[in-house]
Amino acid sequence: MFIINCPYCGERDQTEFTCHGEAHIARPDKPSEISDEEWGKYLFFRENPKGTHFERWTHDHGCRRWFNVMRDTVTDQIIKTYKMGEAKPVISNE
Amino acid sequence: MKYSLYNLVKNSFSYHENWEKAWSSPDLKPEYDVVIVGGGGHGLGTAYYLAKEFGVKNIAVLEKGWIGGGNTGRNTTIIRSNYLWDESAALYNHAVNLWEGLSSELNFNVMFSQRGLFHLAHSVHDMQEITRRGYSNYLNGIDAEILNQDQVAKKIPHINVNGRYPVLGALLQRRAGTARHDAVAWGYARAAENLGVDIIQNCEVKGIDISNGKVVGLQTTKGSVKVDKVGLVPAGHSSVLANMAGFSLPINSVPLQALVSEPVKPILDCVIMSNSVHVYVSQSDKGELVVGAGSDAYNSYSQRGSFDMIEHMMAPLVELFPIFSRLKMLRSWGGIVDVTPDRSPIIGKTPVKDLFINCGWGTGGFKATPGSAHVFAETVFRGEPNDIAAPFSLERHFSGALVDEAAAAAVAH
Repeated sequence: MFIINCPYCGERDQTEFTCHGEAHIARPDKPSEISDEEWGKYLFFRENPKGTHFERWTHDHGCRRWFNVMRDTVTDQIIKTYKMGEAKPVISNE
Repeated sequence: MKYSLYNLVKNSFSYHENWEKAWSSPDLKPEYDVVIVGGGGHGLGTAYYLAKEFGVKNIAVLEKGWIGGGNTGRNTTIIRSNYLWDESAALYNHAVNLWEGLSSELNFNVMFSQRGLFHLAHSVHDMQEITRRGYSNYLNGIDAEILNQDQVAKKIPHINVNGRYPVLGALLQRRAGTARHDAVAWGYARAAENLGVDIIQNCEVKGIDISNGKVVGLQTTKGSVKVDKVGLVPAGHSSVLANMAGFSLPINSVPLQALVSEPVKPILDCVIMSNSVHVYVSQSDKGELVVGAGSDAYNSYSQRGSFDMIEHMMAPLVELFPIFSRLKMLRSWGGIVDVTPDRSPIIGKTPVKDLFINCGWGTGGFKATPGSAHVFAETVFRGEPNDIAAPFSLERHFSGALVDEAAAAAVAH
């Protein structure tokens, strides 16, 4: 179980939150012009990395706001939480 | 050596100390016609059917740990085929048909027990859902019985039909049941090796060699190997393997947990599932209650899940069966399941020539083991999926022809 640092409320128990999958996926600019393959990629295909993952969470039983989490999927360690709209953190190669 | 009454008696004279090993540990050869990556039930079964039905001689199965040590040995062993859509019904019922003859086919007792599965309905909506699915099952030739509250109470002793989660009825599949999951891996491994398949354990694939868009070799922890065809049959690491071959998958890998209680005398002679309150339970032949529920919602490769998921499965269990409330739980464990957007597997070709994939079974792959292995063996051999496998292509995520079993399959995902 995680302790998640909500950017608006501070540290809370994981049961207050819901995970909504991969973050930083931009909707295609010109939807009518892209191919079926590009649509499929946008809708369904995901990075699913074994390592650092960027994902969206909501604080359902708190401020009800959306934010992003940078987490390691092997150790489940949360590296950073940050607000929507902030730049994607850089993965360091330590 | 064939397992038979004769050999059992014969070996008893030497105090059962001279039984042959069920499978050996050969060295990796430099070249194979077909390499199957993943030594779970689906992978070993694929190798078995390739050798038996398609006469392929030079096959290896590469397993990064020990055979059956992944999700084959981590599931709750439930087998059923009462899926909603025609495509899924065909696939899972193909598996049930093969399950029925599997022990004699493999000469290995997989302890397949058709004890019946009750899918509980707790609301008017649930009753409508099981009725719709039950009729869909009839049309597909799958046995289904729609039961009312009195029938459920009569058939399942100790169930609390008037509790917080009232039981209004159930969908019963009598051909459904359980099997011994380890025995499935062991049985396929032994039968495959008897047909000349090399089973290489502790051999992890680290790279996939591709030349002119065709797979030509694999880099493994036991050296490199040349191949003509490769079948990827992973669970929990599908995306990792696909990335090695330069393509991505519509998959998220999430933890799914299960647990068992202390063993008790026979008390539950069927399998109980409930979508709405999120629990499924059966009693193993050892007497343990085997309990499972939904997966966590976040991606992880850690093979452990959240505590709150355990609480979520135990609360409805003791509400439905108050008699279980004082049982102690012995063990809990997690596995990593590869979930697709439509909760149906991916079987078929990949962007790389002669590289085939069978993955994305999500929370319900065990039940499909023989059927999945059978149709995938044909896919690898012919280079094209057969009629049962065709709807489950990777291509469906571009064409939009999804097989959306999210509402009908097992416990909500």
